[in-house]
Amino acid sequence: MTKDIKKLALTGGAAAAEALKQIEPEVMPIYPITPQTPIIETYAKFQADGEVDTEMIKVESEHSAMSAAIGASAAGARVVTATSSQGLALMHEVLYIASGTRLPILMLISARALGAPINIHGDHSDVMGCRDSGWLQIFCENAQEVYDKTIIGMKLAEKVNLPVMVIMDGFNTSHSVENLEILETEMVKHFMGERIAIAPLLDTANPVSYGPVALQNSYFEFKIDQEAAMLGATAEYEKIANEYEKISGRHYGCFESYQAEDAERIMVLTGSATGTAKVVVDKLRQRGEKVGLVKIELFRPFMHVELATILKNAKEIIVLDRAQSIGTNAPFHSEVINTLYEANEIKKVKSFIYGLGGRDIFQTQIEDVFMGKQKDKYIK
Amino acid sequence: MNKELTKYLSSGHSACAGCGFPAIVRAILGEAKDEVVVANATGCLEVTSTLYPYTAWKTPWIHNAFENAAATMSGVERAYAILKRKNKLPGGDKKIKFVAFGGDGGTYDIGLQSLSGALERGHNFLYVLYDNEGYMNTGNQRSSATPYGAATETTPAGRASFGKTEMRKNLMDIVNAHHIKYLAQANVAYMADLKKKAQKALAVEGPSFLSVFSPCTNNWKFPTSQYVAIAILATETNFWPLYEVENGKHKITLEPKNVKPLTDFLKTQGRFKHLFSEKNKPVIDRMQRIANEEFARLVSLTEKEI
Repeated sequence: MTKDIKKLALTGGAAAAEALKQIEPEVMPIYPITPQTPIIETYAKFQADGEVDTEMIKVESEHSAMSAAIGASAAGARVVTATSSQGLALMHEVLYIASGTRLPILMLISARALGAPINIHGDHSDVMGCRDSGWLQIFCENAQEVYDKTIIGMKLAEKVNLPVMVIMDGFNTSHSVENLEILETEMVKHFMGERIAIAPLLDTANPVSYGPVALQNSYFEFKIDQEAAMLGATAEYEKIANEYEKISGRHYGCFESYQAEDAERIMVLTGSATGTAKVVVDKLRQRGEKVGLVKIELFRPFMHVELATILKNAKEIIVLDRAQSIGTNAPFHSEVINTLYEANEIKKVKSFIYGLGGRDIFQTQIEDVFMGKQKDKYIK
Repeated sequence: MNKELTKYLSSGHSACAGCGFPAIVRAILGEAKDEVVVANATGCLEVTSTLYPYTAWKTPWIHNAFENAAATMSGVERAYAILKRKNKLPGGDKKIKFVAFGGDGGTYDIGLQSLSGALERGHNFLYVLYDNEGYMNTGNQRSSATPYGAATETTPAGRASFGKTEMRKNLMDIVNAHHIKYLAQANVAYMADLKKKAQKALAVEGPSFLSVFSPCTNNWKFPTSQYVAIAILATETNFWPLYEVENGKHKITLEPKNVKPLTDFLKTQGRFKHLFSEKNKPVIDRMQRIANEEFARLVSLTEKEI
């Protein structure tokens, strides 16, 4: 299937909008927030130019955006929204309702710091704040991944009947122009297929009640079932990613392992900093340093066994988080410790926090981390 | 029970004896000409009608959270619009009317923004407020619909308190400011009037709004047999006037011939009991003045627009 490959220079936000244009969701409740806004603005222009037919609901808050997304998904439509930071925090209550009601919704996130103090730039505080909300969380390194994972994420949500976040780094990815490959629209539409909704609300001949009260005798079972669905979603993710690889030539998984096979020191991180870290790994490898990295792609659900396999031969694990978990270990740090403990592996684990509020991270800093020269937990 | 009456909301729900909202829901939905899909804010109606694994709803129904019935309905209604346009409606093409229900907490207070947004965007739905003048589902706390002088658990009467110190919000005026085609204030005790208003509200293409008086036996503290009698007194004392605003024109739909003193209404309920002391006489006087002035204002609006 190697027809003419179309290459475009797009920002991460525009890449998401391009994928959405090809998916052409039926309903998009939208509300502006930096640095997400270019996604919905770009899509609104597609709509204005008659290139897509979507009901864009210009709601009055992110809480209503997610509430309307829940209503539209229960109705049986293909639904997408997008947000960042405070907007995601405002949605927090209804995120749990979307996942607990088992509704497929795709949400693009331009990850951004949370106030206070207010800051519009990138870090992972917002998405980490909802890591227990029952949403699948897929991270992107660059604009190409944003395009690809938007398509994968939409299909996955509808396959597993769970909501999915596709996460790019605010500004670093959402506003940086990169060259990327775009599939033909027909190919994307064929890959996506139609949503087959289970018991849609608009089936008036077969009425259903969405969102009942479940008390001590049934709530627990609902939540157990929900967790089973989440854990089962990994296999579907891998299956869909494999199908996608067949049409795109690009491979995605739960983790991307880079020079990790024989590495003594492995860095675990995600997002746009991974690109910088790969350059550093290459440089250090040339100097004979046995270093590698693991990029977290699927953060929820988290595949501990798979990560343990990748880390097996390493002597030292270096974890880079772009968020705190104030009062305990940072999110990725905790996951890595869980992974190693469950795999009966005792290894040296170092934890660092970088990039809060959009602070840049440079190759020299990552090199210092690999070489043991970075002593402070915060890479400032 | 009458099959027609329970076409949408069956018997077997767990609302209190003497609660007004089952009658309100049935009266309004009973006027629907098309299929009906219902959204429900968190509150008494929601918890008493869908205790899993049971549901009293025989028509599609969705509950999302407390503050977002209108936003949820926005999504459902737009999904309907596009699936209809693309000929993808489950079960084939049909006409559906969307009706949201919320109590006063979910409408005047926590859900006001969501309601305002949906009205402003012009979704094709009817929003029904059943107003029991406080947070009754959580055990009687004050809302911005609670009248001045009423005792609640968060505005208790006491040696230094006569109950709620603020006037209730005029939600009808707020809703009217959205330039919607039809809104009306109704009362569960006046069924013919309520049904007529429901017909008009359901016939609107776009948003419409009904505010319906719904006495709460538990927390207003009156015998379960009295909810209709008390609701009638609310209108006969001009505490709860019945009116509508159709295409911007106010009209009083039922004007009491002999307006009764407000105390006739107040003395029927435990929540106002404390007001009948010498010390609280000025509070009752002020409540009467508020009712008189509000009604006079309403009359002046109908006259101005003729």
